[in-house]
Amino acid sequence: MPEKNTIGAAGLFGILILAAVLLAVPHLVSFSQQELLVFLTINVLLVVSYRLLTLTGEWSLAHVVMMGVGSYGSALYAKNFGFPVPIAMLAGAATAGLIAALLSFPLFRMKGFYFLIGSFAAGEVIRLIWKRFTDPFGGPKGIKRIPGFPEVDLGFIQIDFYQPENYYYLVLAVVLVSLWVLYRIERSRLGLTFHAIHWQDKLSESVGIDTFRHRMLAFVIASFFAGLAGALYAHYLSTVNPNQFDVDTMVYVLIWTIVGGTTRWYGPILGVIALTIIDEVILRAIGADQIRPLLYGAILIAAILFLPNGLESLVIKAKDALRRREGVAVEKVAVRKGAG
Amino acid sequence: MSDFLLQTVFNASYAASYMALIAVGLVLIFGVMGVINFAHGELYMAGAYAVVFFYAGLGLPFLAAVALGLVFVGCLGMLMELVLFRPLRTNPLGGLIASIGFLLMLQTIAVLGFGLRNQNVPPVSQGRITIGGAFLTYERLYVIVATVVLLTALWLFLRRSKFGWALRACAQDREAAALQGISINQTARYAMFIGAGLAGVAGAMTAPLVAPSPFMGHTVIVTAFIIIIVGGIGSLEGAVVAAILYAFVHTFVTTFYDGVIANIVGLLLMLAVLVVKPHGLFGVRERA
Repeated sequence: MPEKNTIGAAGLFGILILAAVLLAVPHLVSFSQQELLVFLTINVLLVVSYRLLTLTGEWSLAHVVMMGVGSYGSALYAKNFGFPVPIAMLAGAATAGLIAALLSFPLFRMKGFYFLIGSFAAGEVIRLIWKRFTDPFGGPKGIKRIPGFPEVDLGFIQIDFYQPENYYYLVLAVVLVSLWVLYRIERSRLGLTFHAIHWQDKLSESVGIDTFRHRMLAFVIASFFAGLAGALYAHYLSTVNPNQFDVDTMVYVLIWTIVGGTTRWYGPILGVIALTIIDEVILRAIGADQIRPLLYGAILIAAILFLPNGLESLVIKAKDALRRREGVAVEKVAVRKGAG
Repeated sequence: MSDFLLQTVFNASYAASYMALIAVGLVLIFGVMGVINFAHGELYMAGAYAVVFFYAGLGLPFLAAVALGLVFVGCLGMLMELVLFRPLRTNPLGGLIASIGFLLMLQTIAVLGFGLRNQNVPPVSQGRITIGGAFLTYERLYVIVATVVLLTALWLFLRRSKFGWALRACAQDREAAALQGISINQTARYAMFIGAGLAGVAGAMTAPLVAPSPFMGHTVIVTAFIIIIVGGIGSLEGAVVAAILYAFVHTFVTTFYDGVIANIVGLLLMLAVLVVKPHGLFGVRERA
């Protein structure tokens, strides 16, 4: 794949607009929507890290529990061991990566649907341990009064992260850096190896790629970033409990990812943003709270029937059409020159 | 102590029975269509609500309500096949998402039609068998009997009838079956009817015992997935064996410790089986 490293003027313009929108958006929405925005940004990191895991061809149902490991880890490090919150967050994420590494040994003996359900079982065991053991996990009620992100005092400016709008900027910064790292990983030799394992695992093995170690690596990296998302979540909500990380939440991650599409890095982002806006803004505005799941279900079915390759296929098609028109324009110029 | 053990065996047999009905249906659907039906728990729920409507509501005889439940849920299954799984035949993940969409719709319809609260279904019979200190109510006994009868009938049907052969051929190799002149659409439609109908019967038969609610399918689907994985995804016999194994382990651990520990033990058991046999107890290795 030839890599394009330069950004054209149009691309630069697009990035500037995107940056302006991302910076301005908390000032354009209501307070409750600001909170939603924080969760949406965290969820973007969750689905993009999930996509990295699916690059190797395995679909896990443990991803939300890995996020929970980050939440619980970070909360406990900050509350019981007195770690400073930023360090606790990183330690929580690292714990999620470590747990993923341990789980790789039983889980990557399985493939396909067996892996899907096997990972669900492993995740569920972890979740039930949180639920069953009150010390130190707090049982069904979970952990409360988790310390928040410390106030930043630069003398001339004080930033209080209890404000959703300020926390949004913090989350945005962390998520953007993480997305960049994940993007670079996919474009690196490592990422190409993940793709190779997905499409030709026997062939990859025959040219000397250790497929187990690469699957494990993808799982660990994805879980680290899921854990980071979980840590951001825990210190914002200041409470975590086992039900936040149950299979329902996981099903939503799966829906967002598949409805968005997984062949491009932006697919899951489109999925999570589009479906969150449809569910939380449009359907909420209609007001019929009782039939919301019905409409949501119908939208899911319609999306999968009419866009089987995800929302990203729309973008890909639009890009192709644009390129073709440009191509036609160039050809026409050439023809005219030839004629003249 | 022996009474206590016998009682636990009774409880486990009952749990194994209705779980086997659900799991076998799920396996049948997966086998023929290659799709993971996430809405299977909601088909079970629909069966229970059929009894709420026909038996508790309209006062029809219980058996008639169960039969209507079977047909109703079977037709729901055929509808799913026609609208969702047929267009998505080459897209198993798409089928999964579509079935999630369908389950959300079924749940909402149940909430709209009957409300959020648990339904009260009058008991079918107050009788019970007593052996020593242990007892088995007739209601639970009916579930066990119905399971044995239905699964035996299904087994004979799949082994002996021409259509059963066609169905198994489709499960083994769809293209080869089509080459022999077997209609895949028709086979898939009937498989979906049978698979969904079995879940419907399970829901209908257990309705008087569980107080149906719109979200009752949730715990059931999770257990059903565990069972079909332990048994090996394509295997009907495996599903039955795994249902019995899981129900006994789960019931005994629940009785002697508590429910959460039982869930943990059940999941660890499943992981252990998969570590030793990555394709389940009766599963075959997928072709590369």
